Amino acid sequence: MRQILKNPLWLVVGLAIIVVVLPLFLPSTYYVRVAALVFINALAVLGLNLLMGFAGQVSLGHAGFFGIGAYAVAVGPTHLGIPTWASLICGTILAAFIAFVVGRPILKLRGYYLAVATLGLGMLIAMIVSNEGAITGGPNGMPVPRLVLFGWRVFGPMTWYWISGLTLVIGVWVAVNLVESSTGRAFRAIHDSETAARVLGVNVARYKLTAFVLSAAYASVAGSYFVLFDGFVTPDTSSFLRSIEFVVMAVLGGLGSIFGSIVGAAILVLLPQVLTVFHDYEHIVLGAIMIVFLIFLPAGLVPAAATFIRRRTA
Amino acid sequence: MAEFLQFAFSGLTVGAIYALVALGFTLIFNSSDVVNFAQGEFVMLGGMVTVFAAAAGIPLPLAALLAIVVTVVVGMLLHRLAIEPARGASPVTLIIITIGASILLRGLAATIFDKNYHSLPSWFGNEPLTVGGAALLPQSLVVMFGVALMVALLWAFLTRTLTGKAMLATAANRLAARLVGINTSAIVGLSFMISAAIGAVGGILAAPITLTNYDIGTMLALKGFAAAMLGGIGNPLGAVAGGLLLGLLEAFSAGYISSQYKDAVAFVVILLVLFTMPHGLFGSSKVERV
Amino acid sequence: MSILAVEDLGIAFGGLIAVDGVTFAVEQSEIFAVIGPNGAGKTTLFNMVSGLYVPNRGRIVLDGEDVTNLPPHELARRGLSRTFQNLQIFFRMSVIENVMVGRHLHEKRNVLAHLFTLPSVHAQNMATRAKAAELLALVGLADLAERPAGSLPYGALRRLEIARALATEPKVLLLDEPAAGCNPVETEEIDSVIKRIAAQGISVVLVEHDMRLVMRISNRIHVLDRGRTLTEGTARDVRANPAVIAAYLGGLGSQEATHARN
Repeated sequence: MRQILKNPLWLVVGLAIIVVVLPLFLPSTYYVRVAALVFINALAVLGLNLLMGFAGQVSLGHAGFFGIGAYAVAVGPTHLGIPTWASLICGTILAAFIAFVVGRPILKLRGYYLAVATLGLGMLIAMIVSNEGAITGGPNGMPVPRLVLFGWRVFGPMTWYWISGLTLVIGVWVAVNLVESSTGRAFRAIHDSETAARVLGVNVARYKLTAFVLSAAYASVAGSYFVLFDGFVTPDTSSFLRSIEFVVMAVLGGLGSIFGSIVGAAILVLLPQVLTVFHDYEHIVLGAIMIVFLIFLPAGLVPAAATFIRRRTA
Repeated sequence: MAEFLQFAFSGLTVGAIYALVALGFTLIFNSSDVVNFAQGEFVMLGGMVTVFAAAAGIPLPLAALLAIVVTVVVGMLLHRLAIEPARGASPVTLIIITIGASILLRGLAATIFDKNYHSLPSWFGNEPLTVGGAALLPQSLVVMFGVALMVALLWAFLTRTLTGKAMLATAANRLAARLVGINTSAIVGLSFMISAAIGAVGGILAAPITLTNYDIGTMLALKGFAAAMLGGIGNPLGAVAGGLLLGLLEAFSAGYISSQYKDAVAFVVILLVLFTMPHGLFGSSKVERV
Repeated sequence: MSILAVEDLGIAFGGLIAVDGVTFAVEQSEIFAVIGPNGAGKTTLFNMVSGLYVPNRGRIVLDGEDVTNLPPHELARRGLSRTFQNLQIFFRMSVIENVMVGRHLHEKRNVLAHLFTLPSVHAQNMATRAKAAELLALVGLADLAERPAGSLPYGALRRLEIARALATEPKVLLLDEPAAGCNPVETEEIDSVIKRIAAQGISVVLVEHDMRLVMRISNRIHVLDRGRTLTEGTARDVRANPAVIAAYLGGLGSQEATHARN
């Protein structure tokens, strides 16, 4: 039984079941909306986790790619006349392309150099979208035309719940496949010892870039969904704070744990909802969480829980 | 020519603040390998605490002193509560912890103080001097001299006093320093406190010109880091040079190219330095043994 | 023609010349040892041959091809593999996964296929796993396959590195102090593993301090001292060579050694 459960595809099945069954337990559309937000954030964090948790790199500017996806579905239909679904795809390709081009030099850096370089990249993107007002609506943002598929206008929390839920399940499936493959092993090898990976024939530069591009794509799709759901886009889709939130979600849930990405996203999305009084103290709580968790539970919640369970049942 | 000097003056003024932030970064980095993202918050606290203490009725000089003391205490707490317990964590984890501290401090400032911009009175009045056809605020001179004085004091401390030399030793080789009996943990704590102090002084000196606000810390930290990288991370004189250079680059590009993207200059600098000369202008390369 | 040839190889760090014009050639199926006192430049030499350092001068020829400036993963493709003195194990992966990474070059590297797990990927994972299991059996670690690598004892980790390096199907295997820190029993095991590897046609170049191991299994020994070649020959030649003894024991010590023999 244990052997069967170890098969990572159970994660995909389990998640699919949760997505399908959850609406039965949600008392109102407000909660459906929150759930959809969790799925969207989880998608972005999943991509970031592939980069940080598996390939062992760091990105403190990931909101930049989120923002590219967000603005693509705003600018595309509004200024370029491209239908929304095509803009979404273009946005993802653009994010992947930028990741590809910038990734080559950036990923040669290690540790805090890489952290700050990605931070700089994220901030540059944020600055561009904030300054180029004519195209992007500037600091106040711009409205995002609703997604129209075959004449059907896509809007509403329930619809977006299903879309984001389905996409997340697919995203997790892809991630699970990746981790169990030769590419996934290469990522993990690079994380543990780049030198050893190199001498075993792994083209480290190429795989780091692959992880970076993939994570950018995930973030971009999530960003597009986020603003299509909302109907509006502002520059803080690519803000530094959002980049940090993604990192905290990934670390909180557990780097290297796919399930952890979802848990981390859920916690950080739910926290301000559950503790409404914390809205004013949001930054204080976020900062405190970051410090406390990284000192005492740097591995993250899901791995810590897994170790705890393993010890109890051993 | 007048225009050029104008930009140069404003660039040097703001560059002096960047130099202080970069210097604080370098001090902490050298003794502990930690990139302290909360460095900018020290500058913010210097200004904001002074403003609110003065508003509460405390005479201005005392308010400034209080601000420095408060910031130093914050620096010490940061070290004790957030950095010490995480000793041994990876560099990236540490950076995220300091980012968390910076967010926490920002949130506290917004709650305890407010979200408005505040100013402090200039030390020698607001009448600008005219030098070579360009206007130079007296406070700019205060900032520049103040920074120069602090750099000199720091230099004297590091090279002439025993504690200062212990700090240099810790920076050169922490293990060796411990082996000769230096309490490296206390030294690291001291580096945090000194960095906090110089940051706070910078905030107090600059507030009359640049205004102060709960939110200025992040950008300052990033620009200070860019300056430290530009000068060569780990090199204190490089940090000062990097700060001044960054300030000038910002001012000139804002003046001659585009003022909208003024803030982008620091990030472009970071990326360029990292790609072309990761060790900065005055840094040295370390060889990693396999 | 030798499988690996090093010609006049040299490198300097700053002002320090670490390796100064070393030349040797290794034949197929040969066990070739590089020895020398600490600081002689052995690991630096290895790092150059395995592509981690770029030499300042000289050539490295692998199976007839000049591979001097190639990066490590290209050398791996051409049949060169190595282990590390300071154990570069993938600690967060399981024992068998470590070896599976070694099969990387023999797997299809189509990322798109990996994203969508086509049946071919599943089959490939199975094949890789089977081959990895074989190699674990070769080094005596078969029953520890699913354990996290970090939980293994030191001697076992050394054998794991060897299994992993063998997974690339190398022509030449560089072993950097394979018996370092091992007790006599573990050293015996490493000894027989190395002999089995050479018997399969793979050339083994080893850097080692354990003289008994070296003398026991090496076909030829190359002695380095302070970055330069001191001498080269069979175990018997090298053992009795006074210059070698002097290099290890110093002038005074070699006098003692002479007295001891008499």
